[in-house]
Amino acid sequence: MANNENLLDGMEEVIQEFLAESVEGLDQMDNDLVALEADPGDPDLLANIFRTIHSIKGTCGFFGYAKLESVSHVGESLLSQLRDGELVLTQEIATVLLNLVDAIREMLTAIESTGTDGENKYVDLVATLGRLKDGASATPGPPASKSKKASNHAKTTRKNKSSDTEAATAEDEQAPSVKPQRTGKDSPKPDATSGEQPNQSTRGVVSVAESAIRVDVDILDNLMNLVGELVLARNQILASPVTQEDPLLTNACQRLNLITSELQQDVMKTRMQPINTIWNKFPRVVRDIAKAYGKQAKVEMEGKETELDKSLIEAMKDPLTHLIRNAVDHGIETPDERVANGKPAEGRVALTAYHASGQVIIEIADDGAGINVARIREKAIELGLITSTQASQMSERDITRLIFAPGMTTSKKVTNISGRGVGMDVVRTNLEKIGGFIELDSTPGRGSSFRIQLPLTLAIIPALLVRSGNESFAIPQGSILELIRINQDDSSSSIEMIHGVPVFRLRGKLLPLVYLNRELELGDTRQPDGMLNIVVLQVDQRKFGLVVEAVDDSTEIVVKPLSEILKAIPVYAGATITGNGKVALILDVLGLAQRAKLLSESQDRYMDANAESTTHGGEADRRPFIIANTTDGGHIAIPVDSVVRLEEFKRGCLEQAGSRTVVQYGGKILPLINLAELLQERRRKPRKIVGQDTKTANDVVHAIVYSVDGYSVGLIVDRIQDIVDHSQTMQGPPTRKGTLGTIVIQERITEVFDVGSLQREICSMHKTPQRAAGG
Amino acid sequence: MNALRQVCTFIVDSHLIGLDTKHVREVLRFQELTNVPLSPLTVSGLINLRGEIVTALDLRIRLELPPRASDQPPINVVVRNNSETVSLLVDEIGDVLEVTEDTFEPAPEHLEGAAHDLIVGTYQLEDKLLLMLNLKNTMDLSDSTTSTRSVHASRVAETDLRQTQ
Repeated sequence: MANNENLLDGMEEVIQEFLAESVEGLDQMDNDLVALEADPGDPDLLANIFRTIHSIKGTCGFFGYAKLESVSHVGESLLSQLRDGELVLTQEIATVLLNLVDAIREMLTAIESTGTDGENKYVDLVATLGRLKDGASATPGPPASKSKKASNHAKTTRKNKSSDTEAATAEDEQAPSVKPQRTGKDSPKPDATSGEQPNQSTRGVVSVAESAIRVDVDILDNLMNLVGELVLARNQILASPVTQEDPLLTNACQRLNLITSELQQDVMKTRMQPINTIWNKFPRVVRDIAKAYGKQAKVEMEGKETELDKSLIEAMKDPLTHLIRNAVDHGIETPDERVANGKPAEGRVALTAYHASGQVIIEIADDGAGINVARIREKAIELGLITSTQASQMSERDITRLIFAPGMTTSKKVTNISGRGVGMDVVRTNLEKIGGFIELDSTPGRGSSFRIQLPLTLAIIPALLVRSGNESFAIPQGSILELIRINQDDSSSSIEMIHGVPVFRLRGKLLPLVYLNRELELGDTRQPDGMLNIVVLQVDQRKFGLVVEAVDDSTEIVVKPLSEILKAIPVYAGATITGNGKVALILDVLGLAQRAKLLSESQDRYMDANAESTTHGGEADRRPFIIANTTDGGHIAIPVDSVVRLEEFKRGCLEQAGSRTVVQYGGKILPLINLAELLQERRRKPRKIVGQDTKTANDVVHAIVYSVDGYSVGLIVDRIQDIVDHSQTMQGPPTRKGTLGTIVIQERITEVFDVGSLQREICSMHKTPQRAAGG
Repeated sequence: MNALRQVCTFIVDSHLIGLDTKHVREVLRFQELTNVPLSPLTVSGLINLRGEIVTALDLRIRLELPPRASDQPPINVVVRNNSETVSLLVDEIGDVLEVTEDTFEPAPEHLEGAAHDLIVGTYQLEDKLLLMLNLKNTMDLSDSTTSTRSVHASRVAETDLRQTQ
């Protein structure tokens, strides 16, 4: 059974599930069998019983429990004859079947405690079942003796019961009206609770069934809904100034705040499933595809236990399967090619999953041939996705990205699993539907790597409330890049028209603009002061600006589905209830972009490529940086990848908690870290933020709000100069602790801030069990 | 065949409309409506029903009747069919009536327009006709061209309804 033990390592959870399910099924089967005796012809009962045995047989065969399989197999054959009407259920058959239930229960007990299906072969039981199946009656003796044998395995404890069964069997043969008694004796509960030295391992099986209960997903959804309501109510209470006045009330509010956050987290956890629930079939998928195409491939998985929301798990199933198939079919070369290229004959598909800054990251990497940029370019031109002029202006990265375009395929021949050109486009749209996005990184000859970023849950998301045409709308923060407010009468920042599309020049790039009121056919509401609010949104790595009347608030919202009637309108992702109890629609950024016909790819790409080519080459490693002043007069570039937003706090709002400076922010306590403290400022004494003598309480402090592993922290900087896109390749060595090196930005030597140092700081903050800052 | 049936009644532009009480969840006075841009005209907006977001359908527009006077606040009849809940906006709420099955008559064949699909039949009350609403069809806007239907069409439907009375 060494084999079984190996299996057990990887499959413990599956086996636990099987045990729990089977025990449940057997309990039901006890009842069904008894009911069937009263009504021997009931097809529904028979079908139920047959199904239970059949699924036990099927599953245990898969796990390699041969004895369990063979015993249930005989039972199944007998049951199938009963079901098909070839046999009629007699008392005798019912008794034997009940004994079969006991035998299976014993074996399940053995599996749980020892990992094997026990030593007892149940020869007599199998023989009796076989005999009955052939239409012969069991001899008076065997049913009793067999049930004794069956129970011998768990000697003393089952003895009592086996003699009961024996008695019942004996009785059965004369008196057909003993059913009620039988129910009492054969159903498992009285047995387990009768107090007669309960069998320890029997208890074990019960505990599997009891430590986990099945809950209807509807109830969980409803619970989630209620918690959502609670979060809203809490936000309302926390925002009320009344709560600040009475210290008792303030205290109670803080507790309410903490409890609500924990409740929210726990309820969310009930809907969490490890990603392994979909990953565990991939080794098989990879093996089969590799075999079908004469390739060799293995799967490596890391972070199997990473959990995500059930709804996300379901939505991820197909996209992931597709990516994995692609990796083997397109990515990994034949063994000969691989060996010729100096790689091991066996290809590798690595799956990695982990949580990072409140999101789930899933990576699928192969060590195959990588993406052939030339072939994609060729194919894209051939398919008319881009013109050759455009192709020549596009960066390699942009071209690689074309594999996500509709209709794209590079497979030389269409196989039955990939190459039909529907795949990656569908993968991308499906991921975007659930608020995720996909990136691709590929090195010719070394392999490709897909990186998928997903929200942890779909139920509660941070969002920005905006107004347009006197209606309030929520935009998920995940798709917002930045907010711009411009004076549209100012000629230097005016809106230009290109091919009839309004565009805004944003740091040298053209940003297509969409007017929300026009898209939604609302009234025209130009701001009287000539100011224009642009919400820069990103969808599928493309940016556009959404022009709204006003930007109201940033808050956590509970996503509620729209009724069927409204689902046909693609620009809404759902609705939510805002703090004042009103309903606000949640905009679907992708649907909005499609409605505005912004995804007519080529034009947009052309504009993108065009604007980029006028700036610098080598965009591959570019990333946005915030340029800020350091307190010693220098400049520092702060990578903005994990920046949530930029905030300004009045100096008077900052509070001191212990040794830490904090500020109340969005209903939570946000710890603040001064950039100067992290940087080992060259000046002797780092500036203090609170209790300044020369500064007044109305002075403004600039903070960059970061979110790391679900914790937010504000990084205080002296002055924010600009936000630029720049290559992240260092041009000089680190100058001090807290920096990564130096680069030249806008003709100035600029230090680059090491976000890692901030992360370490946050980690050290949260080593203490206090959680007030999180949530 | 003289089974009693409980019917919740309400008034929409002088018509007495009825729905089996089993479909009616509750009746609410004025509720703040959130407009849904791009939705069919029948959809008046969304209401917040204790945390649940419910779509409100204007029964006048659904039945192609003339619009309600702007100073007349509608009443929400929150109804449920299968698992879907909507609020029907009506003019006034009437009594819950007990009707006997033998006074039921299927809708006249010559009913045209929206009424043809939405009215299953009538109960002849002493002084009035009670028009029974087909809730499933009322809630199904999938083939709805209501948003674009002209005023003329609604007039025609209106006269049709009048004729049946």
